[in-house]
Amino acid sequence: MAIFQLVRSFFDDPNALWVISGTTLLGLCSGVLGCFAFLRKRGLMGDVLAHSTLPGICLAFMITGSKHPFFFLIGATLTGIAASLCIGWITRYSRIKEDTALGLVLSVFFGVGIVLLTQIQHSDNGNQSGLDKFLFGQSASMVASDVQVMGTVAVILLILCFLFFKELKLLCFDANFGRSLGFPMRGLDFMLMLFLVVAVVIGLQAAGVVLMAALLITPAAAARYWTERLEHMVLISAAMGAFSGILGTWISSVAYHLSTGPIIVISATSVFMLSMIFAPQRGLLAKWIRLMKIRKQVARENLFAWIYESCEGEGNESVSIHRLNHHPSLKKHKQMLHQLEKEGYLQLETGEDGKPSVIRLTEKGWETAYETVLYKRMLEVWLMHEGDLESDVHSEAITSKEQIPDRLIPELRQLLVRHGHEPKRYQVRSTPLKEGVPS
Amino acid sequence: MMSEFWIILTGALVASSCGFLGCFLILRRMAMLGDAISHAILPGIVIAFLLSGSRSTLPMLLGAAVFGLVCSVVIESLRKQGVQADAAMSVTFTALFSVGIILVSLFTRQVDLDLDCVLYGEIAYVPWDTWEIAGIDLGPRAVWAVGSVFLLSLVLITLFYKQFKICSFDPAMAAAIGIPVSLFHYLLMGMVSVTTVASFESVGAILVVAMLIVPAATAYLLTDRLNIMLILSIIMGTLSSVGGYVIAQQIDASIAGCMTIMAAFLFVLAFLFSPKHGVLTRWWIRRQLKMRLSGEKA
Repeated sequence: MAIFQLVRSFFDDPNALWVISGTTLLGLCSGVLGCFAFLRKRGLMGDVLAHSTLPGICLAFMITGSKHPFFFLIGATLTGIAASLCIGWITRYSRIKEDTALGLVLSVFFGVGIVLLTQIQHSDNGNQSGLDKFLFGQSASMVASDVQVMGTVAVILLILCFLFFKELKLLCFDANFGRSLGFPMRGLDFMLMLFLVVAVVIGLQAAGVVLMAALLITPAAAARYWTERLEHMVLISAAMGAFSGILGTWISSVAYHLSTGPIIVISATSVFMLSMIFAPQRGLLAKWIRLMKIRKQVARENLFAWIYESCEGEGNESVSIHRLNHHPSLKKHKQMLHQLEKEGYLQLETGEDGKPSVIRLTEKGWETAYETVLYKRMLEVWLMHEGDLESDVHSEAITSKEQIPDRLIPELRQLLVRHGHEPKRYQVRSTPLKEGVPS
Repeated sequence: MMSEFWIILTGALVASSCGFLGCFLILRRMAMLGDAISHAILPGIVIAFLLSGSRSTLPMLLGAAVFGLVCSVVIESLRKQGVQADAAMSVTFTALFSVGIILVSLFTRQVDLDLDCVLYGEIAYVPWDTWEIAGIDLGPRAVWAVGSVFLLSLVLITLFYKQFKICSFDPAMAAAIGIPVSLFHYLLMGMVSVTTVASFESVGAILVVAMLIVPAATAYLLTDRLNIMLILSIIMGTLSSVGGYVIAQQIDASIAGCMTIMAAFLFVLAFLFSPKHGVLTRWWIRRQLKMRLSGEKA
């Protein structure tokens, strides 16, 4: 009930609706654009552009003397473009690498901005209070007209992204191929940069300088975990951006009246962390489960091979469990013996102290162990004779018995016999290995 | 007169210690890491402030160093998870910075930290915040803080010069000959965070980034040798500090901002006129060559 009331009290406030629609649109727009920035490896660009808008805002204020957002947007866009051009020039005409150029442009533009800001402070019409609001973002102060401007620009950006989707995709994945097809890649790159500048500029008022950088890149990085296709990535990233916008605004307005920007960033970061852990293919949890499965499989095969080879070496029918304790890697997997006993592969015979002491393979166990060892040795022999054997696949790429090409199996068996390395136990019931062409 | 001296000295010390470390950041292509760290230490400063309840420098240095290291460890592990480097950086430092801002606004009554002061700094107040022991005036605290951090990094870099050099130019080889590459990576990151926070009060977070990158980039354009580059970056830093102060006096503007502009001006000079890598120099050499070739043809 409490939550319901919170939601209701939230929607009773007419301005809150404007704020939330503004932040949602912003999240949506920067989520979409962020994907392209992310894939172009321009993750830090948002940060640089956001910082470089400060001198533009100050200049706009100094020239026009008004605090109308429109002039701020124009000034900010101009210096944003100038910053991205500077980065391009520095990297093209000197040996300075892109990361240094980014940091250089960011700090110098911001430094210029601060000098201008102090100039404004020291001048007579020193009412600069609206200016730093642009830096830290104060979405609670957004009013209907702000949101309308922001929304219009965001929708235009979204439409442009949709129209140029194919070109942007080409730019992100294979710019050289695009150039060979005759697309003006440099122009497209500039266009993407322009989109980013505009998105950063409209976001500044809501999110502030640093946090705009997060809104651009975090949803895209989160979306990357869920899919391998750009179309899906853009949609997921937009959804995540919008969701963090809504969540952040709601929390900040209802809970503690904290500034909205940081909360939006924290929600976006939480979405990112959840994606990193729980994403189906690339997530940490999925990777961990896969790793554990493979480890178990490998340990099982090694255990079978060890039992088989111990019996083979001594000509025994069973092997003492104490010898397992001396094995460097298999002694960790002793519990697996009980599992295998349950599945009917082996019998554990109890010794005098009441603990299992001897491992004896069943019929089914012998069969599996034989197959495992045969596969293992075939692979060894293949590796030794890789140069002599003709095959489309490489022996390194083989991970299971079924992947060994049928054509090679007779040859591999022959080689095993020649080296005296064929599995020597449990041949009675299977085809004996002999030198010469088997049937 | 004395206060001018202290301001210029602080600026020069900040610029030198930053430029010094900046050389290694640039060579390892991690220039933006300085930016990331300078933002990410904000929660460390706030937490240190809340715990110690005072504005003394040492707890803040510790808090900042811890969060600087946390930031670089998180970035490094995200990168190992397969997140591309720029995104890893962006995600990490924006998140930490937001945490810092939220902490500031949550504890705004207890925390007497001015965000403006953290971000822009005010070097002009340095001479009045002096350090007194038993009634003896030892000079501005900022000079002591930045100076000792500068000495620390100077000592560390001199001691492990060879290791830092190999790690910067060829980390794979460094690992092959048995140098603990990641230890030196984190050592460098720790020094960057400590330097950043020591410089904080005087020049502010964002201008620390300028001092980390701009003088070192200027030096990078002027020489091909690491030891000369280190010395040049210190000279460039000092020059921009002195020049910046003079400009700031002339036009009555933020001293730290003017120092950045001066550093940028020096960079532009190097960009155009560097004897080997300058844009105009190369153009001039090419022109001379063209004229000589056409002369030979004729």
